[in-house]
Amino acid sequence: MRPILTTALAAALLGTTVARADDTAPVTHEPTRKECGECHMAFQPAFLPARSWTAMMAGLADHFGEDASLPEDTARSIRDYLTANAGDRVSGKLARKYMRWVAPDGAPQRITENPAFVKEHRFRDEVWKLPQVGAKSNCPACHKQAELGLYDDD
Amino acid sequence: MLLRGIVVFTVGVCLFGGIAAAEPARDAILADYLNQARQADPGFTAFSAERGEALFKARHAHNPDVPSCTTCHTEDPTRQGRHYKTGRAIEPVAVSRNPERFTDATEVEKRFSRDCKNVLGRLCTAVEKGDYVTFMMSR
Repeated sequence: MRPILTTALAAALLGTTVARADDTAPVTHEPTRKECGECHMAFQPAFLPARSWTAMMAGLADHFGEDASLPEDTARSIRDYLTANAGDRVSGKLARKYMRWVAPDGAPQRITENPAFVKEHRFRDEVWKLPQVGAKSNCPACHKQAELGLYDDD
Repeated sequence: MLLRGIVVFTVGVCLFGGIAAAEPARDAILADYLNQARQADPGFTAFSAERGEALFKARHAHNPDVPSCTTCHTEDPTRQGRHYKTGRAIEPVAVSRNPERFTDATEVEKRFSRDCKNVLGRLCTAVEKGDYVTFMMSR
């Protein structure tokens, strides 16, 4: 009886979390939360393929024009987490939706250039320049639960 | 009631212990910068909060987007700052407002090496780092 109940409960919970197209697993790796999250929201790894994360973690000395270097062991640990949970390594609707647009050998760096992102973020320039927004990378400005991987609130 | 007393006592000891332990860590970081400064210049005497403040507020030509420490940290280091590009909140740098500042040597070196390169276009010297920490300890 108990295993059946547990399974039913798990299915119900799972159903609520994966049914929505724009939800993804939150970042659970503490060094990733801390180091990436220091300067911007720690984006969920499902938005980019593993190749992208590998390239990004190898190029931190010039991270979008800024030095974001990390000690080697920290960088390796974060890279391992990001690649293991990348959009081309996990299942889920959001990962599929974003990976659709990535070339088989492509390693895009900006999540905001993915057509899946662009299609849903067609705003006037003034909107992006609002002081509470400031940058396209500032997901939580509008998606209040973005840090939890929940983007279906639009 | 007794349990509650024990909990309060334990939390108190942990908090106090945490704060008390944080200062030797900062002193050790400063002592290390002082050693480095004296290796570079045997006549070097002491760090200066005034020089640290001048460094903090100086404007540099390296990157017009981040000409100064104050671009992100604001002119008043006791206030919360904001990343110049992403808008991400940055906790105060002043030790009085943020006692954890300058207590983790790896973290401190990581920040100095990145931010000095980003703002000044070069690494900071031991004297600059010591002055900066001394200034933040005075705020």
